[in-house]
Amino acid sequence: MNWKRAAAASIVAVPIVVLLGYGMTRDPKEIPSPLPGREAPPFSLAVFAEGHGIQHRATGDSIRLADHRGEVVVLNFWASWCLACRDEHSTLSMVAESYAPKGVKFYGVLYNDVPENGTRWIAEMGGQSYPSVQDPRTRTAIDYGLYGVPETFFIGRDGRVAYKHVGPVTATVLASKLDSLLALPAPPGMHPAADSVKSVTVPTTGE
Amino acid sequence: MTMRPQSVTRDWLRRGSVIAVLVAGGLLGAPGRGVAQEKSAPVSNDPVLEEKTRQVASELRCPVCQGNSLQDSPSELAQEMKGVVRDQLASGKTPEQVKQYFIDKYGEWILLEPKATGFNLVVYLLPLAMVGVGGVVIWRAVKKWTAAPEGMEGGG
Repeated sequence: MNWKRAAAASIVAVPIVVLLGYGMTRDPKEIPSPLPGREAPPFSLAVFAEGHGIQHRATGDSIRLADHRGEVVVLNFWASWCLACRDEHSTLSMVAESYAPKGVKFYGVLYNDVPENGTRWIAEMGGQSYPSVQDPRTRTAIDYGLYGVPETFFIGRDGRVAYKHVGPVTATVLASKLDSLLALPAPPGMHPAADSVKSVTVPTTGE
Repeated sequence: MTMRPQSVTRDWLRRGSVIAVLVAGGLLGAPGRGVAQEKSAPVSNDPVLEEKTRQVASELRCPVCQGNSLQDSPSELAQEMKGVVRDQLASGKTPEQVKQYFIDKYGEWILLEPKATGFNLVVYLLPLAMVGVGGVVIWRAVKKWTAAPEGMEGGG
């Protein structure tokens, strides 16, 4: 008689305990992004921090994702009020510089901040090799499903979001993701646009 | 001594002007909010659009506060997202299309109430099942107690 009751109670209790136990293993702060594997949302944003060397873009220049067809693009969302952004800044700047000759485009996207603060922050941090753009009313951030900074998006030559990194990005992550994306050929019809090729001053021998 | 109606009116006018000055001072004294309001999406004059925006924003989760809806969250991101809701509704999108836009960007997580499909059905059906099971247990217990009241004395 008693074992019957125990069995009936177990049938009810065990699934609930298992369900709660499963819930304990999950981090409620971790939001799964549906973006990786999908077409990267297009954007057209104005430069406020120019970057230097071959990555230089003039203030006010419009950066359009459509101009980077067939190229690997890294978008790093950041803000001057973001403490974790300080941790990744020098790494990003250095890695961007070393991958620029390979055609990888790095852009910082200022999130929920004003360009004046952004420029001051970059100067404080000792400069930034790649340009940063402003995102008025955080429209692009929302388009990328952002929920905090820093977040870094890797866009492949096929124009799709290949990977999204939440929190400060490390040199190892950047190098491994970029190397794997560069190893993939550009799909047919996705060759770099003419003007973005011109902007990269890598010496070529020509035919 | 009674006040003449004219002096009562004047007194209220004076009080009214003092309140008006205080309210205006309070608004001017909060430049941060003023700037934020100006930066975020302007509120529409159309009450129907505002009501629709409020409804859709109440069903979407704020990515920053997580427990709050876009409607209830004071975070700037939530306010901007509410602006996107308003803009998309104003451009002729249906509430379902607007919600789908946010699901495409943030996943189904963004819905405060999960869709009643697939595994999500557990959330909707489990409480009902538990109420059913509980009802059966109580019903059987009550039946037992009422059938043999003398044997259940002190058994609680």
